[in-house]
Amino acid sequence: MGEFTVHRVRFFHYMPSAVRALAFQPQRQKIAVARTDGSLEILNRADHLFQEKVIPGREQRGTEALAWAGQRLFSAGLNGELVEYDMQELREKYRLDASGGPVWTLTCNPQGTRLAVGCEDGTVKLFEVCDDGIQFERNLAKQKGRILSLSWHPSGSRLVAGMAGVIWVFDAGTGQSVHRLLVERGTGAPRSKECVVWSVVCLSDGTIVSGDSSGNVKVWDGDTGTLIRNHQVTKWDVLALSVSQDETSLVAGTSEGTVVQFQHLSVVLGREDKEWVQTRTFKNHTHDVRAVLELDTAVVSGGMDTQLVVRPLLDKIDVKTSASALRKIHFPHRRLVSCSRTARLLLFQHRIHLELWRLGESEGTGVPGSSLPIKRKPEKLLHLKTKGEEHICCSALSPCGGWVVVSTVTNLRLYRLQCDETISITKVSKLPKVVSSANQICFSSDSSYLFTASTCSSVHVLALSQSGCTFVCTLKPKSCSGQAILLLTASDDGKWLAAANADHEVQVYNLQKRKAYCTVPVYSSGVTAMSINPATNNLFMVHADQQIFEFSLEQKQYTDWSRLVHRKGLHPQWLERDTPVTNVTFSPRNPAHVILHDMYMFCIIDQTLPLPERNSQLVNQLTLRSLPEKERRAHSHAFKICKTFKELLFVELLEDQSLVVIERPLLDITAQLPPPVRQKKFAT
Amino acid sequence: MVEQTDIRVVRCGGSKICFSTPILTNDSRFLICASGDSVKVFSTRTEECVHVLHGHANQVTGVALNPANHLQVYSCSLDGTVRLWDFIDGILIKTFTVGYKISSIYVSNKHIGVIFIILPMQSNENGEHFQLVAVRLPSALEQELEARELSAVLSDVSPVPACTAFGQGGDYIASAKGLQLCVYFFRKQKTYRFKLKATDKKGARNAFTCVACHPKDDCIATGHQDGKIRLWRNFNQKKEYTYSTQHWHHNAVSALCFSPEGMHLLSGGVESVLVQWHCKEVNKKNFLPRLGGAIAHICVSPDGQMYSTSHTNNKITIISSFRVSAVIQGLVKGGSVQTDLMIDPRTKALVLNGKPGHLQFYSLERDKQLYSLDIVQQEYIYQAGLDQFEVVKAALDGTASWLATVEQRGSKISSLEFSLKLWSFNEKAQSFELNTTITAPHQNMITAMCFSPAMDTTMLVTVAKDDQFKVWLLGSDLDEQKKQASWSCEHLGSYHGLQPTNCCFSGDGSLLAVSFAEVVTLWSPDTWELLTTLCQPPGTIEDLCFGRLSCSKYLLGTTTKNLLCWNLLTCALEWSTSMDVCVLRTDPLSENVAAFCHNSGKTDLFVFRPSEPRPLFTQKAVCVGRVQRCIFVPREDPLDSCDEWSQWLNRSRLHFLTEQMELLTFSTRAEDERILNSRKELLVDDSVAMTPFYLLLGKHRQQQQEKQTSVPSQAADRAQLPQGCVAIRELLHTPAHVLPPASFLCSVFLNSLLISNTGGRDEKELPEQEVDSEKEEVDSEEEMEMNNGPQGVRTQGSVGEAPPSLSRAEEKELRRLRKTDFSWVTSLTSS
Repeated sequence: MGEFTVHRVRFFHYMPSAVRALAFQPQRQKIAVARTDGSLEILNRADHLFQEKVIPGREQRGTEALAWAGQRLFSAGLNGELVEYDMQELREKYRLDASGGPVWTLTCNPQGTRLAVGCEDGTVKLFEVCDDGIQFERNLAKQKGRILSLSWHPSGSRLVAGMAGVIWVFDAGTGQSVHRLLVERGTGAPRSKECVVWSVVCLSDGTIVSGDSSGNVKVWDGDTGTLIRNHQVTKWDVLALSVSQDETSLVAGTSEGTVVQFQHLSVVLGREDKEWVQTRTFKNHTHDVRAVLELDTAVVSGGMDTQLVVRPLLDKIDVKTSASALRKIHFPHRRLVSCSRTARLLLFQHRIHLELWRLGESEGTGVPGSSLPIKRKPEKLLHLKTKGEEHICCSALSPCGGWVVVSTVTNLRLYRLQCDETISITKVSKLPKVVSSANQICFSSDSSYLFTASTCSSVHVLALSQSGCTFVCTLKPKSCSGQAILLLTASDDGKWLAAANADHEVQVYNLQKRKAYCTVPVYSSGVTAMSINPATNNLFMVHADQQIFEFSLEQKQYTDWSRLVHRKGLHPQWLERDTPVTNVTFSPRNPAHVILHDMYMFCIIDQTLPLPERNSQLVNQLTLRSLPEKERRAHSHAFKICKTFKELLFVELLEDQSLVVIERPLLDITAQLPPPVRQKKFAT
Repeated sequence: MVEQTDIRVVRCGGSKICFSTPILTNDSRFLICASGDSVKVFSTRTEECVHVLHGHANQVTGVALNPANHLQVYSCSLDGTVRLWDFIDGILIKTFTVGYKISSIYVSNKHIGVIFIILPMQSNENGEHFQLVAVRLPSALEQELEARELSAVLSDVSPVPACTAFGQGGDYIASAKGLQLCVYFFRKQKTYRFKLKATDKKGARNAFTCVACHPKDDCIATGHQDGKIRLWRNFNQKKEYTYSTQHWHHNAVSALCFSPEGMHLLSGGVESVLVQWHCKEVNKKNFLPRLGGAIAHICVSPDGQMYSTSHTNNKITIISSFRVSAVIQGLVKGGSVQTDLMIDPRTKALVLNGKPGHLQFYSLERDKQLYSLDIVQQEYIYQAGLDQFEVVKAALDGTASWLATVEQRGSKISSLEFSLKLWSFNEKAQSFELNTTITAPHQNMITAMCFSPAMDTTMLVTVAKDDQFKVWLLGSDLDEQKKQASWSCEHLGSYHGLQPTNCCFSGDGSLLAVSFAEVVTLWSPDTWELLTTLCQPPGTIEDLCFGRLSCSKYLLGTTTKNLLCWNLLTCALEWSTSMDVCVLRTDPLSENVAAFCHNSGKTDLFVFRPSEPRPLFTQKAVCVGRVQRCIFVPREDPLDSCDEWSQWLNRSRLHFLTEQMELLTFSTRAEDERILNSRKELLVDDSVAMTPFYLLLGKHRQQQQEKQTSVPSQAADRAQLPQGCVAIRELLHTPAHVLPPASFLCSVFLNSLLISNTGGRDEKELPEQEVDSEKEEVDSEEEMEMNNGPQGVRTQGSVGEAPPSLSRAEEKELRRLRKTDFSWVTSLTSS
């Protein structure tokens, strides 16, 4: 594997924001995740929970609720507006004021034709979902106080609304209230503290389940309006409820960070009458669980501690695979860092600003594992804030370190950077009109061209020079699926450009002829990272299911090595990893060395060495070191894995063969969170 | 040798009452539990043992109420029989011979006439694998029956009784072993097996420890090694079974029990806290802490009013309305008895280690703990793996006015903490009081100590592993601050840097023998001069004792291989014999010495006199394993046996403690009969409230009543009580609609209240009666001094008898007035 000087960078203070709402689209197996900063992520459950799409948020506009209406996604927030998203262009399609004050909750009826919105002023508003938008239909009977939770009866005829101290059952047809269920404060709670119904669920047999701020999950008979069972789940709040499709299982997320499962079981075996019985408790969160989803074979939960946990329900799974293991998603599945290899600069992308750092320098040598003395400390050169409220969508630093480009959903800015002794930055003022925004940006290796991905899978090519920026052409794929481009990479010799989109398609363009060259055969799983080998011009791709492909651009076919990999199959331990590879680079000295990393390890694939056997040890660097020289060769294989560094955001090899490793320890993220609710721990 | 069938080894009480789960009877008046090879019936209200059901020949392993008759109880035993008893009268009804060692018994209302027992599998005889079998009990009329109709239900089950339980309505039976839970459905004849992983990332230890089934719902509760309780549901599905987990116990859950209506689940463990879980509200639970011992079993009465918890320190606590209402305490036997056995001459009680940090005083006759003396005086923490203070040595002096104890913590010398405590007997408080505490009396742990039997001095000798022995004396000079004299070190002795092992005073206290490795040294307690040394290599001296009475010139010592006897007059070895003596003890009332010899896994007993070469009595294989301790207990009334081989038992009994912590003794046939007779006398009728205290009081009351009737009653010549009158009775008992009008009755009623006019006769008898009543008054005053209780009742009665109640002074005044001669008045009137 060789020895490297490692820059162990811990000054990228990346802070994810808390998960606020979750919504599941069963037909296409998509999970929509809304975070408190207003951003939206779409995970594909069929594709190893790969984070396919990210729609950046906006300052001062948090999302409170999410709802799928068929394939269309709606959200609502405390600014009182409803938003529909454009899933292809990854931006808002339109926004509409609900005119009822802040919106606390939003649900769509199971038929996908009506949206119900719960507002601050106590009204439940129904909107009709039309082809080109939504249209206000009617108000249900207005109540005192805010509507905090809503649930449709599966038939769509009834609507249940939770408020402070009361649950209302409305007839969706007439708009009149049918029942009023009083939710009592827990015993011992102060009189002034009202019991807030944070979440309600209406089941097809009319049963209503509610979760409230006194820690109870209450089961009501919706026909008579009486309380059937009360489960005291926690001392704190029950914040979220979700029921499975077949209504045999229900999960509740609490402020303690636990997810409690209830199952609809017959108390006496073989008899028909069933009861909701509290069964399992999952404790995977440290803070409030704000959103849960019961997906029949797994429970997805997210909350204040910013992570998304997918907990499998093993009793529903027939075959145990790596896909059915417990998964925790901490970091986004895309790059937030760009690096200039020659100028030794790092660009960190935050929510609304960029940070530019120069790496430190060290002197002397040391034994492996020791830390070297620092000659020059790392230096923060620049703190670049974007204008406006929109969050940054993508950013890039040119390989020479002379250009910085940053784009929001509506605005793209290019900066000329000069950093010798002093730092100076100038905005390139006149940008061509076509490039108003970009989903993905990439520089050519000599920093003379800028590629921006735009609507309809097209890529604009801009030529950069000292004087400014000029539009060259627009590259369009042969067949347009219309999906947004997620990854862009250009070859070192400036001949090729590869673009991967959300439909798992990878288009290759010939930059000299400025037209589409070919399409890589579509694989079922999305591309998480790709890069073109500078020596051989082979496109190296890693997919969400951990498969590796190498595609020769010149021959328009998979390389022999790639065929060998697929004939032999990858090592099972490699396939069991649960975080995607987010970056692929090549060693400048030895192009046969491919460097890639995921969250927990980085790996150098030596394409000249044999592939690991199925039953051999995959992570074998430590064992190899203990072996004598002669045996070492016999045991070594292509995958050289290093797990020394934890929670990696980025790994890159610099010109001088030193390695930049950007770590973001999860403990540091946890330390920045607000304190969790106090819990009595044993022996404290 | 003479035929010695007359003397046999018997258990003498102190057997474990916490061996298996007890049962509470339907009316919760009795608690039935297995105790050694008998079954004991205790009253739950008075804690007294009402019946002892003898009959089994080996350890009773389980009891169960007969589902067909709630006044009968089944018991199973390792002797291969199941017996049916009437526990109210204490009668054996039937004996079913199964022929295998039975380790537990289960019954169900649905399977009447069938019992379920756990036996070792026939295939292997070393008893590692067990199976659950159903036994159809034959319904013939004979008392002794053979039950051979066995059918296997589950194989490879745990022999622990708590690991198997009948489910709701007897439809299924659940059994757990290791990491697997099996549920067998009788109707479908199908077994479902659920496995857990041994550990997980968070360090859970998932092995099952106990099982309980909900009486109304299909829910199985299982306890686990790491203190978790799992509630299983849907267990008739292979895959979609489910469970919820509750965690409170920090150590293994050892007992689980549902209340009969299924509202509560009770659990207990080493924490000695009874936890009551609410089945409907999972997070709510109640605690009953400080029960004083790790909980081994929990049992609930069929009406759910009463719980009982059995503790590992041989205690049963009875809990009603979630408060401790009674405690049945047996002989506390921990893992080992570290102190020697002693006899408290005052109470004739056996003194030994009790619960942790305590000495217990245990009455052998009544098989009951008298009291427990707190030696360590620190709160004991019920947690596994904690190193806490233990009483390791104790010694009583001849008159039991002084008690010396050694408590110790830690076993390595670096972490060793120990102290010597001396306790004086307080006559007023009738208990021992701490006099002196000596922390770290030696450099290393004390191996032996003894009091001097001499009458004039109070002297204690301790020998320790720091190669020294120390002599402690009660200080004669009274300190000014302290009112009591305290103990201090008087002398410090050693011998060539050898490690002392034991010490012993001669019978009169004139000689002290201390053994140093292979050498026995003799010291004069007056001058602390080394008198002589006796040496008989090879082998370290382990036990030492002087002969008694006529044999006081002999000193006996044991090594690992030999028993040695020196004559102190000649200072030479008198005789020696090769045997592995584990315990050597002299009888304080005779010359006899008992030696228990370990011989190929068994222990033999030899009773001999040091002066005679021939043993008085030998018995081979008195028990399996080594004998730990033994003691001669003086008899209250000596036997008068003249047989040669049983003479040694005439004045005292020999009790010994085996490796399994069983307290055994020797008994002769004559004695057996005597005990049997006395037991019949003592047999308390059936009334639960009959305690000795009650008997005492009741007798007194009876006597009083007799006295009252024998004394000519005051009531006889006074007016009858209104209730007693016929007219009143008629008035009160006739239905209202057949009564004559009230105006008619009025005169009759009033007449009945009037005192009949017998004035003339009264006046004549007046003097005698006065004498009588005065006598009685004296009597009653005496009685009042004796006890106050009944007197109160009596005075009340007398008030009722004399309607115009007068105080005593007034009465006396009245009598005086009546006695005075009023003849002067007549003279006045006539004149």
